[in-house]
Order: sequence, then C-alpha cells, then structure tokens
Amino acid sequence: MIEFLKRLFGQSGSSATAKERLRLVLMTDHLELAPEMIEKLKADLVDVISRHVEVDRDRIEVNFERQDTALALLANIPIISVNRPNGNGSHANGSNGSAPVEAVAETAPVQPVVEGEAALEAPAPKKKAAAGATPPVRKRRRRKKNAAASAAAAPTPT
Amino acid sequence: MHQTQAVERETEAAAPARRLGRAIVLTSGKGGVGKTTTTANLGTALASRGVKVVLVDADVGLRNLDILLGLESRVTHHLLDVLEERVSLDDALVPSKHGDTLYLLAAAQSREKDDVETEKMKALIETLRERFDYVLIDCPAGIELGFKNAVAGADEAIVVCTPEVSAVRDVDRVVGLLGNRFRPQLVINRLRPALVRKGKMLSVDDVNAILRLPLLGVIADEPDIIVTTNRGEPLALRRENPTGAAYHAIAARVAGEDVPAPMPPLSKPSFMERVSSFLGGKRA
Amino acid sequence: MTPRKIVVTSGKGGVGKTTTTANLGATLAKRGKRVILIDADIGLRNLDLVLGLEKRIVFDLVEVAEGRCQLRQALIKDKRFDSLSILPAAQTREKDAITTEQFSEIVDLAAAQADYVLIDCPAGIEHGFRNAVAGASEAIVVTTPEVSAIRDADRVVGKIAQERKPIRLIVNRLRPEMVRSGDMLSVDDVCEVLSVELLGVVPDDEEVIDTTNRGEPIVLNDASRLKTIYDKIARRLEGEMVPFTSFDGTSLFGRLLDALKVG
Repeated sequence: MIEFLKRLFGQSGSSATAKERLRLVLMTDHLELAPEMIEKLKADLVDVISRHVEVDRDRIEVNFERQDTALALLANIPIISVNRPNGNGSHANGSNGSAPVEAVAETAPVQPVVEGEAALEAPAPKKKAAAGATPPVRKRRRRKKNAAASAAAAPTPT
Repeated sequence: MHQTQAVERETEAAAPARRLGRAIVLTSGKGGVGKTTTTANLGTALASRGVKVVLVDADVGLRNLDILLGLESRVTHHLLDVLEERVSLDDALVPSKHGDTLYLLAAAQSREKDDVETEKMKALIETLRERFDYVLIDCPAGIELGFKNAVAGADEAIVVCTPEVSAVRDVDRVVGLLGNRFRPQLVINRLRPALVRKGKMLSVDDVNAILRLPLLGVIADEPDIIVTTNRGEPLALRRENPTGAAYHAIAARVAGEDVPAPMPPLSKPSFMERVSSFLGGKRA
Repeated sequence: MTPRKIVVTSGKGGVGKTTTTANLGATLAKRGKRVILIDADIGLRNLDLVLGLEKRIVFDLVEVAEGRCQLRQALIKDKRFDSLSILPAAQTREKDAITTEQFSEIVDLAAAQADYVLIDCPAGIEHGFRNAVAGASEAIVVTTPEVSAIRDADRVVGKIAQERKPIRLIVNRLRPEMVRSGDMLSVDDVCEVLSVELLGVVPDDEEVIDTTNRGEPIVLNDASRLKTIYDKIARRLEGEMVPFTSFDGTSLFGRLLDALKVG
C-alpha cells in the first residue's frame, strides 16, 4: 500500500536517479573523448591565473575527478610569486604558508570535493588563488555546491 | 545452507595448489538481449556464494557494465590501461558496492575495439583466472574483433538469447562460430509468459528445439530490470524477488549444483484473458 | 528530389534498428516513395527475417561488392508494397569483407534508382558501423529510454556529428505507464541528455514480437497504433510539420494520477 502511494505520488521512481547518473556519466565520457579540450582549458586557466600571480607552468596538474554525485575539476597550480602589491599575497599564503608545495598539492584539493560543504570550509586557498571552473553542470538543485570545482594553488613559501 | 556451501568453496579456493578459476564469456551475437544484465546479475549471485568473481567488460567504446553495477563513478582505470601496462591490475579492479568478493574491470570508453591485442587479452584473462574463481567476460554485440577478443581468453561460454526470431538466428550463428571448445550453455532472457500463452512468442521449447543447448535458466521480462538498471543495483541483490532468485538458481547451476533450471511460471490465464478469449472465440 | 541516404543506427544492439528500418521503409513505400533497404549487418543479417523475405535471397551485398552480380539481381522486391526492395547482407562473411568505398559505391548505386535508401546499421561502433555511416548522408539514431542505450546512443551521436551529418532521434519502446510511475526516463529526459532533434516516439508494443515472428512489418496491420506513428515519422522525414503524439497522462488512469498529483 505504501509502495502504491509512493508510486501514486511519483516518489519511488528510479527515472530521476537514471537521469542524474546519465548526466554525470556522459560528462565524464565526453571528457575522456576530448583530451584537446582539456589541454585548452588548462592553458586558459593558467592564463587567467597568471594575470594575478606567477605560476609554475611546468608543474601544473589539472584533473577531473568523479565523486558519487558530482564531477570536479581539480587544479594544482604551484605559484612562484604574487604580482600585485596590494593583491592577494598575504591572504593566499594563509595557513598553508609553510607547507611544502607537493604536500599541499596532494591533500588540499582532494578533501573539498568529497563533500560540497567541505569545499566551502576549506582554508585560505579557496577564495583567492583557487581556480574553480565548473564543467557543463547545468541547473541542478543542490548539485550546485557539490559540483563547484575546487582547486588549490599551492603557494611557495615567500 | 548456502552458507555451508560457500564456506566449503572458500576452503577449496584457498587450498595451496589451487586450480585456475573458470573464464566464462557471455555472448549472443545480437545486441540488447541482456548480456550485460546477465553478467552483472550472475556475477552478483556467484559472489554471494562466497567465491571470488571478476567481471570483465570487453565492450571497448560502448561500456555499460559499470552502469549496471552502479560503479560508473568509481572507475578510474580500464582494461586498456592494464593491457598497455599503464597501471597495475590491482589499480584497475573496482570492488563492488555489495560484498567483498566481486570486482569489475571496466572497458575503455574512449578507445576502439581494435586497440585490444588478442594475445594480451588472453594473457590477462589467464592472470585473472589465477586470482579469481570466476572470470565473467561481457562480450560486445556482433561478431567482429570485439567478439573475437572477448572469447579469446575464455574456456566456457554462456549464450544469452531472447525468444525472438532474430535473436535465435544470431545465437545460432555465434554458437557455430564458437565451435565445441566452449561448451556453450543457454540463458533465455525476457520471456513473456502471457505472450507465449497467446502463441505470440516463441516458447522455451521452441527456442531450444533450434539451438539444442544445455539450458541454465529462463528469465522473465520484468519492468524491475529497467528500474534496477536506472539505479545501478542488480536484481540479484534481492533474493526475495523472483527474478533475483532465478539468477541465484542459475549461479548455483553454473557452480555445478544440481538444482532445476529456473523458469518463470506460465501462470494460468487471468480472468480478463479468459473472458476476452471466450468472447473472441479463440483458445488462449 | 535528391535521393536521401539515411543510416539507422544506435550503438547498442536490440533497441529496434532493424524493426525501425523495416517499418519506416514500408511506410515510405506505401506513401509512394521508391525505397531500398540495405542490411549492413554482415554475418548477423536480420532485415530479411523481419520482412519475411529470407527465402527469396539469391545474392547479397558482398557479392555485389565483389562484382559477382549486378545490384538489381541482388535486390529483393517486397511484393506487398509497390516500391520496396531490400539488399540483404551476406550471412557467412565478415564485416571487413567489404570496404568503406565499396559500401558507399553500392549505396550511391541504389540511390540512383530510389527516393530513399535506408541503411540498417549493425550494433557496435566497429567496421560495420563505420561502413554504414560512411555511406549515408544523414542519420536516424534509435534509442530506448534506458541508461545503457542512451549512453551508447550518445557515443554514436558524437561519432556521426564529427562527420557533420544531420542526426535525428527515434525513442523506441517507451512504456508510458512506467514513465508516469517515474520508473522510466521520459522522452524529454532523453532529448535533453542527447540534445538531438526528435523524429519520433514509438511506444513499446508486444505485437511487434508477434509480427516479427511472422515476418510482417507491423505497419501492414491497419488496426495497429504503430502504423499511425510510423506514418507520422515518415511525414516528418519528408519535411512535414507533424505534432507529436502525447503518451503522458492520456489514459483515464493517467489523468486520474495527474489530477491526484495536482490536488
């Protein structure tokens, strides 16, 4: 009876799940199919960030990572120096200031994507040096937060 | 009682000089008859018996086994990564969400079937047989290179057929191509008892009068299957479901147990059917 | 008019390519068009079986390619229609028995004597698929409202789009009652995911199994609702604007459901 009522009110349906899974899987399929696009995205990303800070182009890593409900773009962009005198320097260093570049690179980006909320709580790098780009995630309620790509720029100790 | 058997098999499997696992290809010729669904469910049912099972998606370029198992978000590496030695086998094996003895080796989605080297595929299946009790290979549709690579490493075959003329014809062709080496066994999928009763669908006997293969079991056409695909949860996870139970019976038969082949009930015609056949003057 | 060369494809097998090819071909022929259907599924041919012409095969596609017979000798005329014939695939050969160039040449040859050439593509994306697509100038992608079929269709759409050939979509085997209960993707869902222009929606109909058993395309049955549906698809293919049949909430129960939901 409960099952019937659920059906009656369209709650038990699996089609919503199917649609959500399809959306995500096709996004990943398309990424796998378009390595040139990713290279271009990488270049554009670096160009934008370079306007504000000098980055180590040779050691940039850009990856996509799938979670159960979202696809995240993870960018690890080591910074060589900060260009603007009044800009983001002090902020960007934040609590991770003295961490070795690689270590930050490994841990910082991964954590935030596990839960969307975590990304918002992530320490300093988020606001200033983070380069977030959302791959074609469209109009998804409550998905927004999760899908927001997180990226951490590992600041070199200055 | 399943438990005891599982334990026994486990001990057997753990014996020092353990024999190689069985490599079974699931094939059909025709697409869309349920190879992948059968692979996912048979694998799930076998694994629930406590034996180690790996499912290999050989459909390079059109993989779907990950979707049916609900593992699409956990696949990071695939078959070709392993064959081309970019990652170790352990890195590419994705553990299932349910039970710890079931693993998936996904196909590459962005590659072509002719990227697979038959010899390497054979060697990989051999390696898997050393580590798993069952290696189930989900074959792509058709009889081109993808089919040849999928069967290359297998030593047994399960052919999946629906009660439709074109599917039967294609299975017949595939059985011919397989020859005697694979001792093919048959799963008849998507039977609609009501249609068989009305004489609008080939019966199990009709199909097997043509194919003449040992019958593992018959699965009914149920909307449940679409729902479980939507969700990525094989029906075999639900033993209380008649179709789920049928997959467990097939698994038992594959494992060599002497249980009857599952068969959907050709239940009596419903009241409405009887009324309409009475009015129509036809015998149901 | 310039003859149309259309490949009917899907990626995934068993979604209804052959049934669609046969019924659409038959409908176009009934509408007075000269139609040739080519079975490109070498080794696993079935178009002949679906149309009940399997006993009349003398020559096949590969024999035409190898110059062992003329195209017109290999074409089988379907006598139930004025102007429908099929070119069967070879059953005991391999897909690579014919090159892409040879296949395209045969399609052009057929197009020279037809208004529509429909190519029944094999499942998968291997050589047989590449041949079938290369020979066509437009594509109909058939899918069912299932996750795996849609994923495969998406892959195929990507491949055909690379060749800049127009693509239209047929959603096959829709079960309206399952869509209503939320257990099947709706046509809108499918179109949104694939972003391909919709050509038609064909509901799941068990009569198709029966008519295939007999080798009679279902459009021969005047009482079948699928006849009307294929007729609309054919008209859309010819460029007419035909509204889509709605499968949602049309039954009494469906409307009751909808009413309950609103209320």
